[in-house]
Amino acid sequence: MCLAIPTLVVALLPDHGARVALDGVEKVISTLLVEPVVPGDYVVVHVGYALAKIDKDEAERTLALLAEMGEAS
Amino acid sequence: MKYVDEYRDGALAKGLLRAIARAVRADRSYAFMEFCGGHTHAIARHGIIDVLPQNLRMIHGPGCPVCVLPMGRLDAAMALARDPAVTLCTYADLMRVPGSHGETLIRAKADGADVRMIYSPLDALGLAEANPERQVVFLAIGFETTTPPTAAVVKAAEAKDLRNFSVFCNHVLTPMAMRAILEAPAHGEEAGPRLDGLVGPSHVSTIIGTDPYRPFPERYGVPVVVAGFEPVDILHAILMLVRQVNDDRAEVENQYVRAVTAEGNRIAQALMAEVFEHRESFEWRGLGTLPDSALRLRPRFARFDAERRFDMSSSGGRDHPGCACGAVLRGRLEPWECKLFGRVCTPDTPIGACMVSSEGACAAAWLHGSRSHSPDVPEEVSHV
Ligand code: SF4
Repeated sequence: MCLAIPTLVVALLPDHGARVALDGVEKVISTLLVEPVVPGDYVVVHVGYALAKIDKDEAERTLALLAEMGEAS
Repeated sequence: MKYVDEYRDGALAKGLLRAIARAVRADRSYAFMEFCGGHTHAIARHGIIDVLPQNLRMIHGPGCPVCVLPMGRLDAAMALARDPAVTLCTYADLMRVPGSHGETLIRAKADGADVRMIYSPLDALGLAEANPERQVVFLAIGFETTTPPTAAVVKAAEAKDLRNFSVFCNHVLTPMAMRAILEAPAHGEEAGPRLDGLVGPSHVSTIIGTDPYRPFPERYGVPVVVAGFEPVDILHAILMLVRQVNDDRAEVENQYVRAVTAEGNRIAQALMAEVFEHRESFEWRGLGTLPDSALRLRPRFARFDAERRFDMSSSGGRDHPGCACGAVLRGRLEPWECKLFGRVCTPDTPIGACMVSSEGACAAAWLHGSRSHSPDVPEEVSHV
């Protein structure tokens, strides 16, 4: 039930709405629960609401760290 | 899928497995609990248990909202569903959980009750607006992940002055459940497992942040690493836990930095605090009655509280006597150690909630059973 998926914000709609895309499927969600987002952002969506914005820099840093770790081993 | 596929990358996972294999000390064992049922399923589905070192054990925790909902609350929901004036809305997971007499919401629906499976609480709100002659009740369950959306629809119902919408609130709080696990005695009926570390939940933590976990390392000496849901995230978190144990450190660390901060989602927290207050105590399946561990609507929102609108005196239902869900939820028993597992109890004929829910440990063990860890399971199961 707590599974939530990162989805791409495609367009903003009135009343905190947003159109998001996941694997080519688009749907409308609410962004009421997060700081303002813009198209191009990724948000974690759960039961129709964005719960968190994905921090792209942190995501890159984690992957770089892990890649380095893999090379070192 | 961006931010998913990268964290399922085989090369990264192999690198992490090598790092874990190098880090674990041969002269000790490691027992880590993944609190969240989503992690339990990811660990089972991606076969993570089978590739970890032999002396590193993962124990599933109570983080499955359907599984911890006690029989009495389920029976109350079932009674509500049978009220001819009521349209009962809930998430898919709850539909097939058997109540005291083996009855389920899906059966009630087949018998004519107006039960609706919804994806979002907004769907329940929409049903209330579209059907003013019906009493629409949202049977709300879940940890802090699912709570802010419930708060949002209660506020929306207030703004729209809806007279036929209410919430049967069963939202529960992660930190109190973690505390119960860490405080469980080592022996006896209510015993818990020995734990060297906790994998903290992903999406609960996007809301509450990592700060609420700080008492656990301090008070119980148990490290906590909040982890994302993908296999690379989980392996990374396991490595971080192994390193803490080896260094004799106990801290809260955050692996899921791309979505979780120390303070969490302030907007969602404010909304939850506005709509909900803590219950003095709440009964959990498996963990017993825990103080301060669940939420109810604040008096300002009393008219949206199903427990005030309807007579919900419950009979305090009983679990199936053979079902070991309670011990499974405490991490005391593995699902296949339950006498009914795979024989009487399967996802098609579930006896307990842990076999129904997409986050339940028994369902995970059945669907992705690993033979090495479940010698009792018939062979064909292991190949599913
Ligand atoms: S296998 Fe079925 S009966 Fe046994 S603990 Fe799990 S849910 Fe309960």
